[in-house]
Parts: sequence; C-alpha cells; structure tokens
Amino acid sequence: MLEIKNLHARIAEDETEILRGVNLTVNAGEVHAIMGPNGSGKSTLSYILAGKDDYEVTEGEVLFNGENMLEMEPDERAAAGMFLAFQYPIEIPGVATMEFLKTAMNAQRKARGEDTLSIPDFMKRVKEAASHLNVSMDMLKRPLNVGFSGGEKKRAEILQMSLLEPKLCVLDETDSGLDIDALRIVSEGVNKLRGPDRAMVVITHYQRLLDHIVPDVVHVLSKGRIVKTGDKDLALELEKNGYADYIDTAA
Amino acid sequence: MPAVQETIDTVKAIDVDQYKYGFVTDIESEKGAKGLSEETVRFLSAKKNEPEWMTEWRLDALRRFQQMEEPSWARVSYPKIDFDDLYYWASPKSVEGPKSLDEVDPELLATYAKLGIPLAEQEILAGVEPKNRVAVDAVFDSVSVVTTFKEELKKAGVIFCSISEALREYPDLVKKFLGTVVPVTDNYYATLNSAVFSDGSFVYIPEGVRCPMELSTYFRINEQNTGQFERTLIIADKGSYVSYLEGCTAPQRDENQLHAAVVELIALDDAEIKYSTVQNWFPGDKDGKGGIYNFVTKRGDCRGKNSKISWTQVETGSAITWKYPSCILRGDNSRGEFYSIAVSNGHQQIDSGTKMIHLGKNTSSRVISKGISAGKSENTYRGLISAHRKASNARNFTQCDSLLIGQECGAHTVPYIESKNASAQFEHEATTSKISDDQMFYCLQRGLSEEEAVALIVNGFVKDVIQQLPMEFAVEAQKLISISLEGSVG
Repeated sequence: MLEIKNLHARIAEDETEILRGVNLTVNAGEVHAIMGPNGSGKSTLSYILAGKDDYEVTEGEVLFNGENMLEMEPDERAAAGMFLAFQYPIEIPGVATMEFLKTAMNAQRKARGEDTLSIPDFMKRVKEAASHLNVSMDMLKRPLNVGFSGGEKKRAEILQMSLLEPKLCVLDETDSGLDIDALRIVSEGVNKLRGPDRAMVVITHYQRLLDHIVPDVVHVLSKGRIVKTGDKDLALELEKNGYADYIDTAA
Repeated sequence: MPAVQETIDTVKAIDVDQYKYGFVTDIESEKGAKGLSEETVRFLSAKKNEPEWMTEWRLDALRRFQQMEEPSWARVSYPKIDFDDLYYWASPKSVEGPKSLDEVDPELLATYAKLGIPLAEQEILAGVEPKNRVAVDAVFDSVSVVTTFKEELKKAGVIFCSISEALREYPDLVKKFLGTVVPVTDNYYATLNSAVFSDGSFVYIPEGVRCPMELSTYFRINEQNTGQFERTLIIADKGSYVSYLEGCTAPQRDENQLHAAVVELIALDDAEIKYSTVQNWFPGDKDGKGGIYNFVTKRGDCRGKNSKISWTQVETGSAITWKYPSCILRGDNSRGEFYSIAVSNGHQQIDSGTKMIHLGKNTSSRVISKGISAGKSENTYRGLISAHRKASNARNFTQCDSLLIGQECGAHTVPYIESKNASAQFEHEATTSKISDDQMFYCLQRGLSEEEAVALIVNGFVKDVIQQLPMEFAVEAQKLISISLEGSVG
C-alpha cells in the first residue's frame, strides 16, 4: 500500500537535511511502528506523507497504492485515503466539531465523486463512532479542539479517523499527553479500525503505546534513516536499553 | 442598497467592461443637465412634483454643501470626485439594459449560479430589459406575491412606499420626521444627499402594531429605479416593531460610481426597529479599477423610553465603504446594537463602524464587529462610544475582531470612548488574528480544498454576527462571504 524509496528531505526554509534515505514498505493489513529518539525525523516523515509544504523532497519517491503521492496536493491525498492523526491537533475557533466532521466527510466524498451524506445518515455514523470513543454530544458541539484537554484532542483525532475511513493511517505520537485511561480508550479506538484493507504507521517514543496497539513490524529511525527493523520484541528491547546503540550505528 | 429594484433597468458594466459587452447609452436626451447647481435641484424637485417646502429644504442643503469641505479623516484614498461632472436626475427609462442574459458578463452569471439564484431573478438583477425576459411567468409570480404582501400590510395599517410617494401622500409625516435624525448639515455626504436625493423607502408602523412580516426592499422590485442618492426614513410609533431588510446578496453593478445614501430610523416609546443590510456592490476588477464608492450615513434615534434599535450589516462589496450606522440613545432605558461583518478583498477599502451616543438614563449598547481582510485590501473599524453627563448607568460592551488572510492586507481598529458620567461602564475587547498555515494544512489534511477551508474558518469567525441575521438572509450571507473570499489564498 505504501512504498517509500530512498527518501531524502530537508526543511524548505533553511535547507537542514532531516531524512537521509528512508526505505519503508507497508502492506495492507499491517501495523508498523516507527520509534526513535528526538530529532530523528519521525514527525517530518509524517508531515511529508501528508504533504506539508514546509519540507522539500530532494531525492527518492513515495508510492501510495502505486501512485506517486508526492505529486498530489494534501487534500487529494486525504481523499485518496491518507489520514494523519496530529501530535498537536489544531484549534478551529467558532467551528463546531460536528460541523467540521460533516464538512470534511462531504469534501472527501465530493472529491471521490460520491453523493453528500444525508443528515440522518451522518448523525447515525457520528453517534456510533462517538460512543466508542467516549465523546459526548456536548463535546461535538464545542469548537474543534478549542479548550479541549489533551485526551479530548486525541479522541477527536481518532473520531475523525474512524469517520473518514482512510486506507492509510499515520499516527504521530498519539500517546503524548494521555493518561492511562485515555490511552486505553484511544488505543481501543485505533484497534477497532485495524483490518485487512487498512495499513497503519504508528510513530511513538515509548513502548507503552505498543502494549495496546500491538505492531506487526517495528522500525528504529535514527538521524533520518531506518537503522533497524524487527518484530514487536524490538520495542521491548529498546525500552530496556534505550536508543544509544542505534545512535552510534547511524553516525 | 435596494439594490434589486435599483438594478432592474440600470445594471450596466462599469468602465472596463462597457465596450466589451456593448452597453451603449444615449445619455444626453434622457438625463438632466450635468452638474450641481440651484437649477439642477429645482429641475429634480419639479420632475418629482414635490411640495414647495421640500424644494426649499433641498436648496438650503445645497447652499450648505457648497460651503463644506470633503472630509479626509477616514482611512480611504480615492481620486477627487468632480461633483459638476455628475448627473443628478435620470429618467428611469434612460438606461438601456442588455437584451438577454447572453449579453451579460459571464463572470457575473457564474456568481449568480453559485448563489443559486433562479433564472428569472438573474435577469432582473442583471438588468435584462423586461420585454426580453424569458421566464415572464416567474416574474409575474413575484408581482402577485407583492400584491398579497401590500394588502396584508394595509390591513395592519403599515405604510411602506417610496419616499417620493410618501411626499405626495403623507407630506405631514415626512415633514415631521425627515432630517430630524441626520440633520441637513450633518456631514458632507449627508448634506449632498439632502440636496439631491433621488428616492428610497418610507416606512411608518402605527402605535402598537407589530409589522406582520419582514419588510424587504425586494418587494419594491417593480418600482422605479431609486438612483445613487438614496433616502430612507423609518418611523416606529409607540410600542411597535419592525424588521427591515435592505440589499441583496447578488452582486450588483451600477452605472453610478458614487453612492451617498442617508437612512434615518426613529423609535418612539417601547418601539423596536431591526435593520439588516447585505451590501454587495461591484468592488472593482482585479486591478482595483472601477467599483462603487459608497458613502453612507445611517443613524437611528431611540427617541422614546424603552426603545431599541439594532443594526446588522454584512458588507462585502464596493471599492470604498464609508459607513457608520449609529444609535442615539435618547430615551431612558433605550438600547442600541450594532453587529457587523465587513469583508474586504482585492483592492477594496473599508472604513466602517458605529457610534453609540448614550444620552438617557440606564441606556445600554452592544457592538460586535468582525472585519476580514484579504488580498491587498484595507479594513478599518472606527467606533465612538460616548456617555453624556446625564446618562447615568450607561452600559456598553464592544468586541472588535479582525481576521487577516494573506500578507498584503491591513486591519485597523480605531475606537473612541468618551464618558462624562462616572457611573457609565464601557468595555472594549479587540483581537487580531490570521488564518494560520497550520490551520489550513490541518483542514486540507482532512480533505477540504483551500477554498472550503477558508470558508469554514471564516464562517466560524463570523458566527456571532450571522446568528443575528434573519434566517433566510443568514444562509445567503454565509455563501456570499465564501464567494467574496474566493482566490484569496494560494
């Protein structure tokens, strides 16, 4: 589903090189975890996949279901099924969460040439998805992310993910800012979305998220390159020994 | 301004488009002489069969005008207006409209389509000549609506007619109230208007009557063209209520570049007037060429105790907007409100706001202003809140928010606060924000296009004001704001 080949990228403004040849293949049905120390390029990778224009790809390619994803606009990628759960979700003042959900769902449907959702159909879907994530009606009426607690923001991200039904989900440090209970709710929400047609890339610092969302493959990203790939036990090993070994390897 | 009927026969492309779309007019034979003089005013007044006192009133205004200087304090710039190069009277039939929609600027039609305006109405708005209109039935439908509408108003005792008609039919009422809120010498443009006003609306709601429907200029669609110097007078007698809608969301073009209107509202004891405006005059082309200059004086007088006047405006058009709908809170316990959305894009310049003049005891006012600037436009809020010596317990709350889109526009807030009474409580809050790149990226990542994202964020920003508009207006206004900001990103 997702093929990243020899991806090199830098910050557009000051040309600082961040990614130095990333290779990664994620197949449908798989969950890959990307771990690594601060500054290794994890968030940059997620932004490049989503199409943020602060970064410049200097070499390599990204294929999404065989198509050159780097040539697509961010909204085209979204309509094609790429979803990024933000580490720091953005506030949209004055726009009720419900209104935002409806606008986003219909925008993607429009881009795919599908009909606009009827109000009852939309409400049914929202209520169903919201109940699993412990999202109240009151929260849906509040402006998106404005005054939300850390846990509410992340639950709102996963709510959007489940309603938009993407093919590829990239979760950028979804565990940051969550207490144990919120972590459990969010992880359960993510696990519900696992399926044979869907791929996930879970970016995290810590192993604890991976106790809840158990990955098929674990990669270590260091200094802009994947330096080690293994199964879920690799995460446990990292938890014990830290990243020190890999930082040396990459240097 | 009333807009719909104003454009019935007169909508024409301005300047740059004139040759392109072939709107040619034989001007000399149908219009009065050029220039501003006593003869012009007498000619105009005579053509309208006005009573002698009205002619004198106009002449007095003209003499005052000739001694006045054009004000320069507003944050707008434009080439000097040559008042002797304008026509002040035109026969309604003098302007030839396009023969069919095929002759109308396709861009204008595209916008009509986006607003979902039915074909028959598009033809009226674009000024297609009546004999050439296709969907005649649809137009006649609206005529029958107008007739029913007028009958119902008559039953309630409400007077709703053009001001020219009111001068003939109800001269005493007009004489009693005209110029009592905006005096002849109030300001440069109001004085000009007093001398040469063309036409406008007159409304009188009798004591204790709640006007059975919202009065809209739309319902005067089949009456004559009101011209560029519009005059509106609305009187709500004791204990009455009226909601008045002015303008329309469809873009309007007009052959007259200068518009100087005056609107006077009078609310007597326990009366309430709600006045809503949507203004979408031609803002000029992408280089800032053409476009309407809109210098408007709007003022409401809460003359009686417990009276209330509320202004709501959505301003998206005009090259220059100079407009401060205000309230004089004369009656004890009276209340004034001003809700405004001012959108500027391209090369538009807006200098708009309000004045709340607290004179009576226990008066209160509320000001919510939302300015949105995009392109290379300049958008200024200018407001005055004042409490007179005797205005004990005056209260005001003001909130001015500005939203900037892009790098080349400007937003300015100029609040004046004057209190001569120690018990007055005035609050002012102001914010300026930008649509951030992060907000845009977030919305795009969820599948919204750039234009959908801007529309969503902007509609969130203006929500407080949109809620004040009558329902059917609110939906249209939201659409209009999105359309006005198209092309402002990317």
